[in-house]
Amino acid sequence: MITLNALVAVCLTYVVFLFSVAFVAERSALRGQVRWLKAPLVYTLSLSIYCTAWTFYGAVGSAARSGFEYLTIYLGPSIVMVGWWWVLRKLVRIGRSQRITSVADLVSSRYGKSNLLAICVTVLAVIGTTPYIALQLQSVTLSFEVFAQPGVPSPEEGARSYTALWVAFGLAIFTVIFGTRNLDANERHHGVVMAIAVEAVVKLAALMAVGIFVVWGLSGGVAQTLDRIDASELGHWQMNGGRWAGLTLLSAAAFLCLPRMFQVLVVESDDEGHLRTASWAFPLYLMLMSLFVVPIAVVGLDLLPAGSNPDLFVLTVPLATGQEGLAVLSFLGGFSSATSMVIVAAIALSTMVSNHIVMPIFLRLTGNGASVSGDVRHVVLLSRRLSIAGVVTLGYIYYSLSGGGTALATIGLVSFAGVAQVLPAMLGGIFWRGATRVGALAGLIIGFAIWLYTLFLPSIGNGALSDMIMTQGLFGLAWLRPQALFGISGLDPLLHAFLWSIAFNVIAFITFSLASFPSPLERLQGAQFVNVFDHSGGPRSWSGGVAQAEDLMIMAQRILGAPEAQALFEREARRQGARGMLPDPSPDFLETLEKELSGSVGAATAHAMVGQIVGGMSVSVEDLMAVADESAQLMEYSSRLETQSNELSRTARQLREANQKLTRLSVQKDAFLSQISHELRTPMTSIRAFSEILRDTSGLTASEQNKYASIIHDEAIRLTRLLDDLLDLSVLENGQVNLNLRQGLLSDLLDRAAAAANDGGHDLRIRRDVRAEQVMLNTDLDRLSQVFINLIANARKYCDADVPELEIRVSEEKGLLVIDFIDNGSGISAEAQDMIFEKFARVSDRQAGGAGLGLAISRQIMTRLGGHITYLPGRSGAAFRVELPRNFVVPA
Amino acid sequence: MAKQVLVIEDEPNIIEAISFILLRDGWTVKTHSNGLTAVEAVLERKPDVVILDVMLPGKSGYDILRELRELPETAGLPILMLTARGQTKDRELAERAGVSHFMTKPFSNAEVLDAVHALVAPVGGAT
Repeated sequence: MITLNALVAVCLTYVVFLFSVAFVAERSALRGQVRWLKAPLVYTLSLSIYCTAWTFYGAVGSAARSGFEYLTIYLGPSIVMVGWWWVLRKLVRIGRSQRITSVADLVSSRYGKSNLLAICVTVLAVIGTTPYIALQLQSVTLSFEVFAQPGVPSPEEGARSYTALWVAFGLAIFTVIFGTRNLDANERHHGVVMAIAVEAVVKLAALMAVGIFVVWGLSGGVAQTLDRIDASELGHWQMNGGRWAGLTLLSAAAFLCLPRMFQVLVVESDDEGHLRTASWAFPLYLMLMSLFVVPIAVVGLDLLPAGSNPDLFVLTVPLATGQEGLAVLSFLGGFSSATSMVIVAAIALSTMVSNHIVMPIFLRLTGNGASVSGDVRHVVLLSRRLSIAGVVTLGYIYYSLSGGGTALATIGLVSFAGVAQVLPAMLGGIFWRGATRVGALAGLIIGFAIWLYTLFLPSIGNGALSDMIMTQGLFGLAWLRPQALFGISGLDPLLHAFLWSIAFNVIAFITFSLASFPSPLERLQGAQFVNVFDHSGGPRSWSGGVAQAEDLMIMAQRILGAPEAQALFEREARRQGARGMLPDPSPDFLETLEKELSGSVGAATAHAMVGQIVGGMSVSVEDLMAVADESAQLMEYSSRLETQSNELSRTARQLREANQKLTRLSVQKDAFLSQISHELRTPMTSIRAFSEILRDTSGLTASEQNKYASIIHDEAIRLTRLLDDLLDLSVLENGQVNLNLRQGLLSDLLDRAAAAANDGGHDLRIRRDVRAEQVMLNTDLDRLSQVFINLIANARKYCDADVPELEIRVSEEKGLLVIDFIDNGSGISAEAQDMIFEKFARVSDRQAGGAGLGLAISRQIMTRLGGHITYLPGRSGAAFRVELPRNFVVPA
Repeated sequence: MAKQVLVIEDEPNIIEAISFILLRDGWTVKTHSNGLTAVEAVLERKPDVVILDVMLPGKSGYDILRELRELPETAGLPILMLTARGQTKDRELAERAGVSHFMTKPFSNAEVLDAVHALVAPVGGAT
């Protein structure tokens, strides 16, 4: 008799073995040696987590109780694998192209990244899977008990819970270690998958071994076994067509929707091509698993005392016949089935719980605090681990509460019906573009509620739903009885619940989808999912990705703004030599676009957005984390943008002002040229006209000849003076003038200037205070003299007094030498005062021979000398003030 | 009776030169040098042809031309414009204002006489 301790030792050894398999696989994957991990066989074997302890033990029990009905559980998946492989292929393609991490992620992504949907599916999955996990704990516990007290499978409650607790604890540890070793963006777990493949082999081998032993060892051959089956109750089994079809459909639905199946089918899938192998190999595996179920059941019923639990025949038959080794192998098979299911289910559920419930809450709570992606990564891992522990704990609690009494098969079917509620939203999502978030949500909630009410709550048994509700209906309404909705009774409760829940689910899904309008993102995602084969290319690069250039354009316009986006697209189209303004979405172009977008929304978001449309990639947890990081940066950018936009408007204002100034200058330049033209052409006109007169006219008197020659002479001099002034002004304005600094007395300078200006003989009296003029200057005396001459000449020309008089006053003010020139004429009008220093400004109508450049030149000279020349308003006559800085003045 | 030319110009030497050649050609020559009163001068003198400078003190030749064209008495009066600003836009401006002939300074005496003859045939067939 094998001891319990020995069994525990075997168990532990087996677990250590699994650990090492997982460890080696993980190490190989890390080193990049993943070829053997990616074999189609491994993929096929990993699918075997469909066969849990429920299948391992429960199939025989089911056969003993309900005949061949157990086959439906194998039939559903086989139909899916063989007949619906194109559905699977689409799911796998979508999963890879959108980087889907779970069922919840799939549904939420399809319907516009709706987190509400993700939460719904997650909750449903957790509730649906919890009994299933409890079931695994129960089976392991039961199988231990078989060895503890063979044939007496009901020891006291305490020991049982104890075993289940340890098993749950061990499983949680294993899952945490291999399920959350690191955060893979693709959510792949090579170690776990490898361990599961090994377990798949163990459970098949164990069941086959027991089967072979039963057929050939106990019954004596195939023929005798068949006789035995015919003789048994099973031989007279009548097929219930409705239940058969319903269960087949249910298991097919569950195969697609179960979180753990989705994990291995889609998430862990490395190669779409593996499906081809799996499509025949997995049904073969299921067939082998089911091959010996009936013989074991029949022999068990014959061999063991009535009342023995048929769910444990796989163990009890070898034990009863003294085949302890076989019994241990069989135990390990069951143990493998249970553990692999719990591990993968826990990983799948923890991914959902963590991504869709824990992390969103965490990110919201921490707000902008999630700054360093390393921190977030740490948080994600922690939340995964806690989620795993939570999921396993839930299973354990359910196990404790339910008392472990219910038949294994029933629990499994309850779970199946629960997770099958996801099917309409899932299939509708990948085949029907019209499916909307609202429809999916409505279908899910209604289906889930009906399932909860008609199947799940009643299955918990005592207390969950009162007897009164069970027999008289909710609120005393008979048509609301959980197992006879709308008065339709007599149906199998499971079938009843499944049909009603799925029917309402589908109706609500379709109705609400038709009645609601999808958001743009939903529409985009819908097209991505439904047309995945048109869109997606290689998995990890943009290469071969066929995006709709228009979609990219729409997105780019939203982010970059329409003109920039159009310019970018046109430029790229031209570069590619494409016609029109939409470029081919080549990898080069996508990279360029992504870079452009990164500037606006950050790299991760840009990548995710381009990925959305191209279909080459989808948003992973890490992308989301990066987005969270960037949102903090974006806040900063936006404040920086604000200051930049202020700066911009300031610059714009300056530019506007500069432009106005330039325009003004341009107008001034035109006016100046026009003026010069006029000033040059006028004397030239006189010269030409009179020279022609002198040449062409015969009989001019001597005085006429003399007069006209004088005019020509004067005008020629006027021209020369004008050109001199213009050149002088140009030199002064360009700052090319060299000052010739010399020392001299102010009085001497004024003497010379007065003499030069009074050249013409007009009498202008000049009043001076010669004593005040005894100031020694150190400046460009010639230039200063030019200014004085101009001022004195102006007074001579323009002073309109009867007895013209000019007073020159010299004083000192605030360290400046001040020389005022004030005449006794009528002065210059206020409006003219502003323009007298401008070029060609002439106040008087009188032709005084000047071109109007004198004061402009004087002003330039004074500026060069470091001083000023200004008009002094408010005096009786015209008054000009010349100021010189002290450093040009030396004490006499 | 000799036909009359009114020369509206502010540069004395140019007035003298134009007067000289027109008198010799057999015209009666009147002169005026203030822009502000130019229009009244035209209305008062009723010349057969006007020679008009552009840059006049008080009012520009273009404005004077426009005002003359708006008056019924002078709307069809032959007006020869002389300007020292030789840019294309000046010619356009003059033509838009309704000038009869446009000349840029400096001009040759023969040119002025030809232009005046083209506008108004002189009396007595002096040519």
